[in-house]
Amino acid sequence: MNLKEKLIASFIAFENQVDLDNPVHEIRSEAIRNFEQKGFPHRKMEAWKYTSLDRLQKVDFSLFPSKDNDLEYRDVKKYFLHEVDTYKIVFIDGIYSSYLSETTHDGVDICLMSSALSKPIYKPIIDVYFNKAASREETLTSLNTAFTREGAYIYIPKHKAPRKPIEIVHFSTGNEAALMLQPRNLIIVEENAELQVIERHQSLTGNETLTNSVTEVFAAKNAIVDYYKVQNDRESASLIDNTYIRQKDNSQVSVHTFSFGGKLTRNNLNFYQDGEHIQSTLKGVTILGEKQHVDHHTLVHHQQPHCESHQDYKGIYGERSTGVFNGKIIVDRLAQKTNAFQQNNNLLISDKASVNTKPQLEIFADDVRCSHGCTIGQLDQDALFYLQARGIPKKEAAALLMYAFANNVLESVRLPELKLRINKLIAQKLGVRLGFEL
Amino acid sequence: MLKIKNLHASVEDKKILKGINLEVNPGEIHAIMGPNGSGKSTLASVIAGREDFQITRGKIEFDGEDLDDMAPEERAHKGIFLSFQYPVEIPGVTVTNFIRTAINETRKARGLEEMPANQMLKMIREKAELLDIDRKFLSRSLNEGFSGGEKKRNEIFQMAMLEPKLAILDETDSGLDIDALRIVANGVNKLRTPENAVIVITHYQRLLEYIVPDFVHVLHNGKIAKSGTKELALELEEKGYDWIKQEAVL
Repeated sequence: MNLKEKLIASFIAFENQVDLDNPVHEIRSEAIRNFEQKGFPHRKMEAWKYTSLDRLQKVDFSLFPSKDNDLEYRDVKKYFLHEVDTYKIVFIDGIYSSYLSETTHDGVDICLMSSALSKPIYKPIIDVYFNKAASREETLTSLNTAFTREGAYIYIPKHKAPRKPIEIVHFSTGNEAALMLQPRNLIIVEENAELQVIERHQSLTGNETLTNSVTEVFAAKNAIVDYYKVQNDRESASLIDNTYIRQKDNSQVSVHTFSFGGKLTRNNLNFYQDGEHIQSTLKGVTILGEKQHVDHHTLVHHQQPHCESHQDYKGIYGERSTGVFNGKIIVDRLAQKTNAFQQNNNLLISDKASVNTKPQLEIFADDVRCSHGCTIGQLDQDALFYLQARGIPKKEAAALLMYAFANNVLESVRLPELKLRINKLIAQKLGVRLGFEL
Repeated sequence: MLKIKNLHASVEDKKILKGINLEVNPGEIHAIMGPNGSGKSTLASVIAGREDFQITRGKIEFDGEDLDDMAPEERAHKGIFLSFQYPVEIPGVTVTNFIRTAINETRKARGLEEMPANQMLKMIREKAELLDIDRKFLSRSLNEGFSGGEKKRNEIFQMAMLEPKLAILDETDSGLDIDALRIVANGVNKLRTPENAVIVITHYQRLLEYIVPDFVHVLHNGKIAKSGTKELALELEEKGYDWIKQEAVL
């Protein structure tokens, strides 16, 4: 049985196990039908030309972990921020860990998708928002929707801002030989409210994991949301991240994606601007080696006038790693005075590494500013010589230049501790002792 | 200290240096002048070890060692410093952090411990004062958004920190106004000792009013066409380079 057959076969058992009377039952059923009809995406599809899921479909993944697993905080401490206090929503093999988590209902809701789906008080919110930003056509999103059970549920009412950032962390313990996870996050930030989220997926052993995650973010008028995705997983982990963001007037949403690890990572990041004077920021730093693969597919859909989007993705590819950047911008006829900026710069530091980059612009309005640029290059030899001539050995000089290349994407990171840690991760990834403390 | 013998060098099969002979001893200041395209900057890059230049004939010795197989960083560790005509911008790395890295790499190569932080800070303060550099400047990203003059002053600041045996100043005067020129020249003069030497590469005589050379060499078409004392620079200022070119033809 391949993975598709296994998933479909287990759907009925899954639905029985959760709650057949649940209002989302219909949504789940519709979603599994879509997946059943379309199956996994394949390389004959334009959007999946450079990323193959063939190998993953042959792995015998456990879909539901057989037992609860515990972790000691001291063993996983390093995966959390320390200097700032945070709310934490932590999952171990897909199951909520109350021991490692710190949730709240004090003025804001920072809790679990499973509660939001089952408790009547959340029903009005679920009815309005659940699966309303996510695509009903994308087969992997449908697959996640069908199996929606657990994840983070965050609701920030008008004029509120949680006192501290929220960390959403998924650990996989390796107690299953191979494990597939499908977390589902729903994040609603009401008018004039603010939120900062850090999301991370972390395998603790070399056993294979596949995560197919869906996150929906709704930013109402004047809302401000900063979302940070830290992808620094082990070589045994693959991640398909499907994020859908819907913004209303004057809202500002930024997503920073730091892709430093994992075997195969696919980021489908979609912004829908449903209002005026919206700002959307998409930034990424990718640093890969070995045979790692990352595929960034972004979409910004400008639907209304006077909005901005700003995309800046930097990639450094070594050894036999491969990368993809596909940035699609749609500007509707109505969306006059749009200002859309897109930039993707890549450094190839090995002859065997490769990257495919493609801007895709569909512009139907006439009074807009859209600029895009992509580069694929090697290190600047003039700069390298400059550093060497100051006594910095070639290897360190190259690392310092790569660090400088990637570093400016971090300027917009508004959490100082996170910025510092990402800086250090970059330095560490590039294998350099910088000779100074960051 | 530096002995260049019959040096020929090319870049991408284009011959640029065609037989340079030059000897620089401790305590001396040499000026290398010449029209654009005469090979001045190439000579500086070749001494510092730039890899795109091939030495096709002749050799360069520094303190009795052949430099040919040495990487640029090894030459820096031996005490050769090149002040760049076009310094590179490095966002995200401050002037202070950069200089600390450069100093500690050099010390490591010489088998020394890293310089203690307080000693480093003291030295930074002294040298910054010497070159009239604002402390705020030191926490900015290296050369990023610096004016032409700031870049050059920063080059000389790094030179002051690294205390090289041989400093090569490649067109350090270009982009400097007269006040900045005076400060930079003053800095260079104060850093002089009987043990170190300076090669000043310049198109104009202006800088040489402040950094007075012991010897002046005129480069033309990849060769030293004429050598003399500081009076030669004045003569060039007056007559231009044409008479050198004519002499070279004859």
